[in-house]
Amino acid sequence: MADTKTIDPRDSAPTRLWNWLTETQIWTSVFRHDRPNTDRNRVLVMLSNVFLHLHPVRIRKSGVKLRYTWCMGGLSFFLFLSLTLTGLLLMFYYRPTLEYAYTDIVGLREHVPLGIMREMHRWGAHAMVITVWLHMFRVFMTGSYKPPREFNWSVGVVMLVLTLLLSFTGYLLPWDQLAIWAITVGSNMARATPFLGHEGPGAALMTLGGVPLIHAADDARFALLGGTFVGEGALLRFYVLHCVGLPLAIAVLMAVHFWRVRKDGGISGPL
Amino acid sequence: MADDPKPDDETAERPAAAAVDPAPRPAPVPRPAPAARPPAAPTPNLAGRTTSIVAAKAAASPSPAATAREADDTSPLLTRRVWIGLAWGAFTAASAAALAATGRFMFPNVLNEPPQQFRAGFPNEYGIGVDERWKEKFGIWLVRTADDLDIGAAGFYALITVCTHLGCTPNYLSAENKFKCPCHGSGFRISGVNFEGPAPRPLERARIVLADDGQILVDRSRKFQRELGQWLDPEAFLRA
Repeated sequence: MADTKTIDPRDSAPTRLWNWLTETQIWTSVFRHDRPNTDRNRVLVMLSNVFLHLHPVRIRKSGVKLRYTWCMGGLSFFLFLSLTLTGLLLMFYYRPTLEYAYTDIVGLREHVPLGIMREMHRWGAHAMVITVWLHMFRVFMTGSYKPPREFNWSVGVVMLVLTLLLSFTGYLLPWDQLAIWAITVGSNMARATPFLGHEGPGAALMTLGGVPLIHAADDARFALLGGTFVGEGALLRFYVLHCVGLPLAIAVLMAVHFWRVRKDGGISGPL
Repeated sequence: MADDPKPDDETAERPAAAAVDPAPRPAPVPRPAPAARPPAAPTPNLAGRTTSIVAAKAAASPSPAATAREADDTSPLLTRRVWIGLAWGAFTAASAAALAATGRFMFPNVLNEPPQQFRAGFPNEYGIGVDERWKEKFGIWLVRTADDLDIGAAGFYALITVCTHLGCTPNYLSAENKFKCPCHGSGFRISGVNFEGPAPRPLERARIVLADDGQILVDRSRKFQRELGQWLDPEAFLRA
């Protein structure tokens, strides 16, 4: 708010309140510039806000067309925010132990107001996997992975993997039969990890003085599950990864991802 | 997020009368009945659906829209500014509803806590003195006395095991026949009256009555404080 406002007693009460409010130090600390209705103000607003500065100040007209971007990146981010919020709320009720995990999930539906909170998290998670895939499809089909954006494409591939891992780890937490056996099947793939899985190629070579170094109780699958089967250790491990580890990693990469969009010249142009 | 709504910002600053179609043209206040002009693609749909909103707006303030539209009037009924206002209103309402629902979410309908009220068995199951069997689960010392401090009769009272200093749980020391708080050393007689340490007032007693089946019924949700004279209440003491 560069220009000083004057308190005119002839103004209406709401106007005077508004003028007073917009001159307080808190207000002027948050909104440091006038409304972005001129090119200069747009630049100032974008560059002086820690969140907005990740974005380009200006983008191509084609970049805002729905038929070009499908808004799939934006939707993925929106779903991530929504999943973070609903997930945080679910954590107030969910306990990752064999005794409570399943009953807490049932309680979230039956005993807690807004039983749809868990459903929002679940369907939002499915939707995010879909939007992330469609985002990558769009980026691929528009050739936006080409230089200078090849690094950002790589960051995106890592985030795709993280999204799938978030989906995978979250799948175990309801601790019903579907969850336990799905993770049993899924984690069995880690048995076949080259060299590091006890049934994988090369594992037989990993011996020291005739003693096998890689076996069922110390291979890659064991590290994932915290045990030799899907039990208490796996539930706690997946819970921590799902709620803290993976979201932290993907949040950092998202910041890099958005910032690289800006540094690489904004949203790519039409082919 | 990468797809900023910048075009909205840009066009939101146009005059209210600006049409939805991208070609700029003068505000249609004095309408010179323009020549046949193909309407912008979304306009007919919007116009058809929002007549009542525009009519309401027109009723509130005299505006060009207040006058009857001519048959060949192809200007949009819903201007961009009104549309943006509606969108922000809907967004604000949805956000407020979500916030309220989130607040409600924090208050579950079912609690996994022991009930405040419990049946403690029949009076003849207790001897004179402090009984600690309900301390762990319900936070109650059930005391049978031959001569109560205030009532002056034999019977039962239920002491709540919360120190009146800062809320710790005291221990019953049978050798010294007193309750002693481990946090700051407050001491209470078995009547519940404080006599040492920082506790400012006696322990509280809970409601104690005989249930229909003759068992002792203790209700922790109703508390009696001696300094308020409430220990004389008939439900604060069970004569037996």
